[in-house]
Amino acid sequence: MSQNAKLQNTLQTTKPKNSFNVTLYLLIIPVLLWLVLLIVLPHLDLLVSSFEIENDDGEMVFSLANYIAFFKEEIYWLTFVKTAAYAIGVTALAFIITFPVAFYLTKVISKKNAAFFILLLLIPLWVGELVTVYGWMVLLGDHGIINHFLMAIGIVDEPINMLYTDFSMIIGLLYMSMLFMVVPVMSTLESLDDSLIEAASDLGASKWTIFRTIIIPYSMPGIVSGAIIVFMLVIGDYLAPNILGGKSSLWFTEQIYNKFLTTFNWNEGAAFGFLLLMLSSGIIWLALKFSGQKLDRVGS
Amino acid sequence: MTIKSKILVGAVAIALASSAMAKDTLKIITWKGYAPKELVSAFEKETGIDVKITYSNNEEMVAKLRATRGAGFDLAQPSQDRITAVQKKHHIYQAIDYSKVNTDQLITSMVDAVKKNTGVDGKGYGVPHVYGTTGMIVNKKNAPDAKDWSDLWNPKYKGKISYRLKRPLLIAAAFGMGKDPFALYGDKKAYQALIDEVEKKLIDSKPLVKNYWTSGDTQVEIIKSGDADVISGWDAKGWSVHKTNPDIDFIAPKSGALGWIDTFAIPAKAKNVEGAYKWINFIMRPKNAAIITNASNYGTASKDAAKYLDAVIKADFERSFTAEDIANIKWHPPVPDGFESIEAKALDRIKAAK
Repeated sequence: MSQNAKLQNTLQTTKPKNSFNVTLYLLIIPVLLWLVLLIVLPHLDLLVSSFEIENDDGEMVFSLANYIAFFKEEIYWLTFVKTAAYAIGVTALAFIITFPVAFYLTKVISKKNAAFFILLLLIPLWVGELVTVYGWMVLLGDHGIINHFLMAIGIVDEPINMLYTDFSMIIGLLYMSMLFMVVPVMSTLESLDDSLIEAASDLGASKWTIFRTIIIPYSMPGIVSGAIIVFMLVIGDYLAPNILGGKSSLWFTEQIYNKFLTTFNWNEGAAFGFLLLMLSSGIIWLALKFSGQKLDRVGS
Repeated sequence: MTIKSKILVGAVAIALASSAMAKDTLKIITWKGYAPKELVSAFEKETGIDVKITYSNNEEMVAKLRATRGAGFDLAQPSQDRITAVQKKHHIYQAIDYSKVNTDQLITSMVDAVKKNTGVDGKGYGVPHVYGTTGMIVNKKNAPDAKDWSDLWNPKYKGKISYRLKRPLLIAAAFGMGKDPFALYGDKKAYQALIDEVEKKLIDSKPLVKNYWTSGDTQVEIIKSGDADVISGWDAKGWSVHKTNPDIDFIAPKSGALGWIDTFAIPAKAKNVEGAYKWINFIMRPKNAAIITNASNYGTASKDAAKYLDAVIKADFERSFTAEDIANIKWHPPVPDGFESIEAKALDRIKAAK
């Protein structure tokens, strides 16, 4: 066999493998470009600028001042604490309100009817948050539909102040995030074998015992993953606190927005953005520890 | 011709056509109402330039141009007081070549004032377009005596007061307290002290406030729905509500309405500078300028536009402004660098207060 033929032979045997690799790389390139150019690089850029301040000569120098400002100025960390507390509260409310709904949809009514109700749950999501927020304004205002109705049937004489309060803000936040609790809880409940509940019932367990010792522990991964999504959505929301919230509803995202757009202090804004990321991740980590869940189990 | 070559020719033709189109595009970042469809299509017909409009506001305009270092748009429309500080620091605009602007059709005193107020190193960076005032919108049936900024903390209107918690309100409140914040623009310490005083006033009177409105739409909503009777507001918005509810009207506060002028400014890396000048000269023709004013109620810097204005527009203005009120308008001078952080902290503290 000549040298040439030998070479050809090796080429032929290795070709399929090579071309497979090339296709794989080609397929990965767009994803990598997307990740690196649009997610990793901007974040790195923001991270760097969060550690810079302008000195008196207008040059950018390394400093921790942007992060220190957060802890030193009471108004900043207080706002964060308040935002986080509200987010936790809204998450708890979302669970209380949606768990019976999820249970009803998976265990009580037929699959066919359930599909229809799930569709009803999805519809508000299609119109977008801004539109639903304006919808709530029409409903809750002093001269809005609810007050008009209450006064017409004579329950109250003066309109109840509902809009621009914490109440209206929480309703707005709940409304836009509830669905993200329903879906994961439903998916875990669906795999719960009904015979477990029946067996417990046959052995004389009360409804509350069944709920506490079987249903809740079984659906915990779904509850925790729903809670993480709702918490993250609420703590990072801007519209509902801004439009529905009252005159004291300063949300942490609003402060970040103001840093970038009103005072043009991008460095401090970047630092606050990373603080939001780190602190809210910290809260989730604590919650996972506390509830004894693992992120990989919750994520699946 | 095979199918393949047909596709190729087609692709080339499309590529050529799109590159030809790209040359003649004019990208404008502006406020709602400043570039009505009617005028855009007339301009496109006249010049063959394709106009692309992005709606924005002062803060976003600067943020966007700063992110691209002045690229992505051929023309921007910031307020005149927001140009110098930003330009000195970030160089996002290019100086205006006033010889290319048809200044004959503009109000001369306004051109000179804007040139001076947007000046950096002796060069002007803005051409005036429209102007207006921030004052108060009042429901005269429920609050006939509301006349001045100080009524925004008058206990008589408890629960019926609203304003936008942004820098113009701090300035307005200072005037309402009998101070002149603009006189302190050269003295950072004194200005800080004044803002502290204003902050205290607004925190103390916060229980009187119904809510802070946040946009042109929420401003109209809160007074129209009856949720508030005495609010800070923009003249054009007040007049537009007056058309549907005659009880509500814009008033010029006694201690002075705040005047703003929005300009044309050309970003540093504009691709179609010639087109930008063409647009400025086209928009400021008396008839075209009158179209914008008739639709939006904003005053125009075009000299002879008055001839083409609707009678209603003139009536609105005369109802709200006496000669004395006009003389008393406080025009925003350029904001010194660093002052906005002082104000932002005060605004945060007011918003967070109970």
